[in-house]
Formats: sequence, structure tokens, C-alpha cells
Amino acid sequence: MDRLIFDIAHLLAASLVLISFVQLYQDRLYALLNTFALHAFMLSCSVAWQAFIQDAPHLYITAAIALVFKAIFIPVALHRIIQRLGIHREIETVVGIGVTMLAGIALVALSMVVMLQVTTEAEPLAREDLAFALAVILLGLLLMVSRRNAVSQVVGFMSLENGLVLAATGARGMPLVVEFSVAFSILIAFVVIGIFLFRIRERFDTVDVHVLDRHRGER
Amino acid sequence: MSAILLDPIALILLIPIGAAAVLALLPGYRLTSRLSVLASLMTLLAALSLFTVEPAAPGSYLLVDDLNIVFVVLNTFVGFTTSVFSASYIAHELEIGKLTPLYLRFYHAMYQVLIFAMNLALVANNIGLMWVAIELATLTTVLMVGIYRTHEALEAAWKYFILGSVGIALALFGTILVYLAAQPVVGEGLNGMVWTVLIERVAEFDSALLNVAFVFLLLGYGTKVGLAPLHAWLPDAHAEGPTPISAVLSGLLLNVALYAVLRFKMLLAGNAGAIAPGPLLVTMGLTSLIFAAFMLYRRRDVKRLFAYSSIEHMGIIAFAFGMGGPLANFAGLLHMVMHSLTKSAIFFAVGHIAQVKGTQKIADISGLTATHPWLGWGLTLGVLAIAGLPPLGMFMTEFLIVSSTFARNPWLALPLVLGLIIAFGALLLRLNGLAFGEPRGSTAPAKASYVPMFAHLALVLVAGIFLPAPLVAWFQHVASLLG
Repeated sequence: MDRLIFDIAHLLAASLVLISFVQLYQDRLYALLNTFALHAFMLSCSVAWQAFIQDAPHLYITAAIALVFKAIFIPVALHRIIQRLGIHREIETVVGIGVTMLAGIALVALSMVVMLQVTTEAEPLAREDLAFALAVILLGLLLMVSRRNAVSQVVGFMSLENGLVLAATGARGMPLVVEFSVAFSILIAFVVIGIFLFRIRERFDTVDVHVLDRHRGER
Repeated sequence: MSAILLDPIALILLIPIGAAAVLALLPGYRLTSRLSVLASLMTLLAALSLFTVEPAAPGSYLLVDDLNIVFVVLNTFVGFTTSVFSASYIAHELEIGKLTPLYLRFYHAMYQVLIFAMNLALVANNIGLMWVAIELATLTTVLMVGIYRTHEALEAAWKYFILGSVGIALALFGTILVYLAAQPVVGEGLNGMVWTVLIERVAEFDSALLNVAFVFLLLGYGTKVGLAPLHAWLPDAHAEGPTPISAVLSGLLLNVALYAVLRFKMLLAGNAGAIAPGPLLVTMGLTSLIFAAFMLYRRRDVKRLFAYSSIEHMGIIAFAFGMGGPLANFAGLLHMVMHSLTKSAIFFAVGHIAQVKGTQKIADISGLTATHPWLGWGLTLGVLAIAGLPPLGMFMTEFLIVSSTFARNPWLALPLVLGLIIAFGALLLRLNGLAFGEPRGSTAPAKASYVPMFAHLALVLVAGIFLPAPLVAWFQHVASLLG
């Protein structure tokens, strides 16, 4: 039974890493949003499983927030924004898909090496969870730097935060503060981003951050 | 209920947040700017009264100790003077139509939320709560930086938001790792995040985990401090937002982030097996100092110039704390205070100058001492202070940092002195162009409030000449806490 519990937790966390990889090579905004929804859904399953095995009912709330807010509400809202802005064309990536994937593999290897080395004392479940969480965080960062479109940068940021939630729930008995704050920060982040997108739309008729760069700096 | 109303810790949090709610609802910008000043003054008084009451036993969430009380008082003082400056600055923005009354209401409410968030971060005894507060402060400043809605302001706000969020995310990961290191020792639940509990038991924590946690925390909060190479957001955010926000960003928010780093540095110092955080801080500090010193020469925008100067001084401070020891810590703490006062005074002057001249370009501003003597000489005094000329306060602190470094590691003092001299040259060069020479641009009289600026500069001058013994003793005591 113990083995099964561990395997399922492992499977769920690893699939988050896998979906992060899938996000890396999406070249259309709608597809990217759909994979993000799947990412958030997987996170919600993983958190719910942690809630079950740790016997920590408050984690079900975190799982519910991930499901309702991140897997359903945000993707739907971003779909609408993309539609309204008329930008459902291809995403421009900064570097090629191949290079991005290779960088992603290197990052995952890095996080395994770092986290598994330093957590030899911790219980195996938290240990694996943390290594996967760091991988998801770093892949989210990679997604952010490899895209120029404002919407895909936001998606990268949200998948990064998914990694944080994974780490927080993997740590047994982590005080409620953190889970709530993460959920809360995502809510605020979305509001802020929403305002930004609308303002950017108003001013530039585009959400390509590159257009912003033209106005940069020293006039 | 009455106990809460008399408790200064509760007051420094409740007054700003209450004021924010009221200011968001009230129409009429004259009234709201006055109310904002009043609320800031009351917060300052509440902070000062922290000295008079016996500190309560630290709770699970809030804490007042000898370290953060200094920062709280500094924070509320600069918060108060900046609100006075805001009132005249923003009224002018309204006159020339850069802002509408609706935005003004938003501005004053957000300003109070920012003060609340910074105070909360300073008095938090819970590393999770501290993270939330710094996140809140970041989000409010993002909104304020973007308030003009010009191309440049939006780009600056977007860049600040993305970099700030990534930094804050890394800091949260570091916080989770600290909890994981603490959990086997102090047990599950809230205790694993309470700073006073952590510092007591930190010797038993797993050092490898603490090391990794500190790297994430340093990168995360270091982004907010503006240490090179994580500084990219800072010049843009300073240049494009309203000037009072530049003053608060440079003077206060950078300090708050650095304070967070210091708390975790203290944690690491308590664990024998953990890496020494000093060399990391020294490296980042020196990089920031030298990088910013060279960048100062190429600035064409006056607010950007002083933003780079903030990076430079944050570098000096990080260097001082990295060196450690009673003398360097003492100098670092005092330098933080002096830098806050001086830099915000400079931004007060620059704000009015930019309004009078209608431009922030250095090339278009000249001969200020002839056309606007008060602003011109105020700016001159401020720049001389920031460049580290005697007898002003920062000369003393920089001298202490350099001499203590010479005594312990002369090779490190070399790049430090080099950076200081390069920055000194750049600042005097630019100052010469701004304050002296043939007057250029509008010579219309400035409708300015000089009191905040000269109050800060007077404090810096007095501190450079004479520091009262009790104050020195207090700072020495705090420096010894930092290890």
C-alpha cells in the first residue's frame, strides 16, 4: 500500500513536468492555453492526492482553487482576451524549439541533481516532490524567457507558480499561510495582468512585448 | 478592543490600511492629499511610540525587536515626508493634465497600501507573512509605476512586474525550503515558519538544505534589492513612474528587501555547517557597485542617473553586510539610513525640477543654482552627500566601510575604492552640468515644498558631524545582532 501511495504521487508530479515540456513546444496561443489548463488540472489531482495521503483536509481547498480558478477560469478568460484582441496566430519563439527542449532537459537534470543531493535526510515522498517542483519552476522560467508574446509569458509565470504549489504541498504540514498566499497572489496577478493587457491593447493594438521594447529607455 | 487601539504595532499597520480604504472612497483630491499626509504623520507617531512601550513577547506573526524598529521608524518617517512632497507634486500633475482626479484617488490609496505592506514586511515574525507583504508591496508599486499609461511607463511596469514576480517566486521557493529544513526539528505546522523559533533552533537544521534555500532567497529578494545582474527593472521603474514613487522605491522598498535578506543571513550564521553568506553578498555587492559606477557616465535621463546611483549604494551596503563584523555591519546599517534620507531628498528635488523644466533630459537642464536657487542648491547638497563628500553622513559610513575592509582584506578594498571613485567622478560631472553653467529651459518659478527635502538633508548633515551617543550605542548593538 505504501508503495502504491508513493507511486501515484510520483506519477502525478512527474506528469506535471511532462506537461511543462509539452508547453515548451506549443506554437499557437490556444494550444498553449489548453496545455496550461491540463497542467493546472494535473496539479489539482496531485494536491488532492497529497491531501488524501497526508490526511490534511485543508489541502483540498488548494486543490479546488487549482481546479476551478487555474484550470477553468483563467484559460477561459484568456481565450476571450485572445479572441477579442485577434492574436490567435503563431507564437514567435526567441530560439528554436530544439534548443529550448535541450535547455529544458538540462534544467530538469539540474534540479534532480541539486534537490536529491541536499534532501537526503527528508522523507522520500517530499524529496521527489521537491525535485519535480523545482523542475516545473525552472521550465516555467524557460517558457517565460523563450517567448515574446505577453500572453505566453503570463502562461509561463502561472506554470511556474504551479511548481511552487507543488513544492508547498509536498512539504508535510506546511502552514496554511503559504497555500492561501499563493492562491491569492495568482488572483491578484491575474487582475494586474488583465489590466495590463487591456492597457497595452488600448495603446499599441498588440500584446507583443517586442513592440514595447521599441519604446525602451533613454530617449 | 482598546488594547489593540493602544498597541503601536497594530497601529502602524491599521492606520495605513484604514486610510487606504477611506482614501479610495473619498472624492476631492485636495482633501485626500491632506488626509494622506495626516495618516502618514499618525503612522510615524505610532512608530515612534514603539520606543516608549515595553516590547511584547513575539507572537507567531508579528515581532518588534531592536533590528526592525530602526527600519520601521525610517520607513514611516520617509513615508510621511514623501506624502508631503506627493501632495504638491501630484497637484501639479493634475494641473498640467498628466493625471485625472480619478487616478489621483487611486494614487493616494495605493500609497497607503504600499506603506502598510512595507511596515508589515518589517514587523513580520513569520517568513511566510513577510513574503506575502513584500509581494503586496511589489504589486502596488507596479500599478503606481504604470500610472501615467505612456508607452514607456507601461513597458517599465511590465518589465518590473515580470522580473519582480520571478524574483518573488524564487524567494517563495527558498521560504519553502527553509520550512523543510526546520520541519524535522521544530515539528510540523506554524512553528516551522516563525522566525524567532527558527533562529533558536537553527543549529540543528540540515545545512545542505539551508544553503540551497539561501541561494534562492538571495536571488529572489536580491532581484527586489536591485543587485546586479538582477537589476534590469530598477532604472526603468524609477524613471517612468511618478517621482514620489521613485523616492519611496529607492529610499524604502530596496531597504525592505535587503532587510529580508539580512534576516535569512542571520539564520544561516546560526548554523555551523552552512555556507558563509558573506562572500556571496560581497561578490554581488562589488559587481553592483562597479557596474553601476560605470553606467552612471552614460545616463541622459536625470531620474535614471539617480536610479543607477541607488544600485551603486545597494551594492555598497550589501558589500558591508557581506564583510560582516561589528564595524562593517554598523557602517552598513548607518549607510542604509543615510542613503534612504539622501536619495529621497534628491528625488524630491528632481521631481520639482523635472516639473518646472518639463523634461527629464540632463542635456536640457542647466544652471539651476542661478534660476532656482533653492532647488539647485538642494540638489547640489544632495548629490555631494550621495557622492560621499565630507562632512555629510555618507562620507563617514563609506569611510568606515573602506577602513574596516582595509584592515581585514586589503585586496577587497581595492575594487571597492575604485568603484567609489568612478561613481564620484560621474556624479560630480553630471551635477556640474545640472546645477551650474548657462541656464537652459524654463525659468518659471517652482511651486515646490522644500521642507521635506531640506529636513532630510539637515539630518544627513547633522549625522555626518555629530551622532548622539545613545544612537551610536543603539546601532552598535544592532550591528552585533547581525553577526
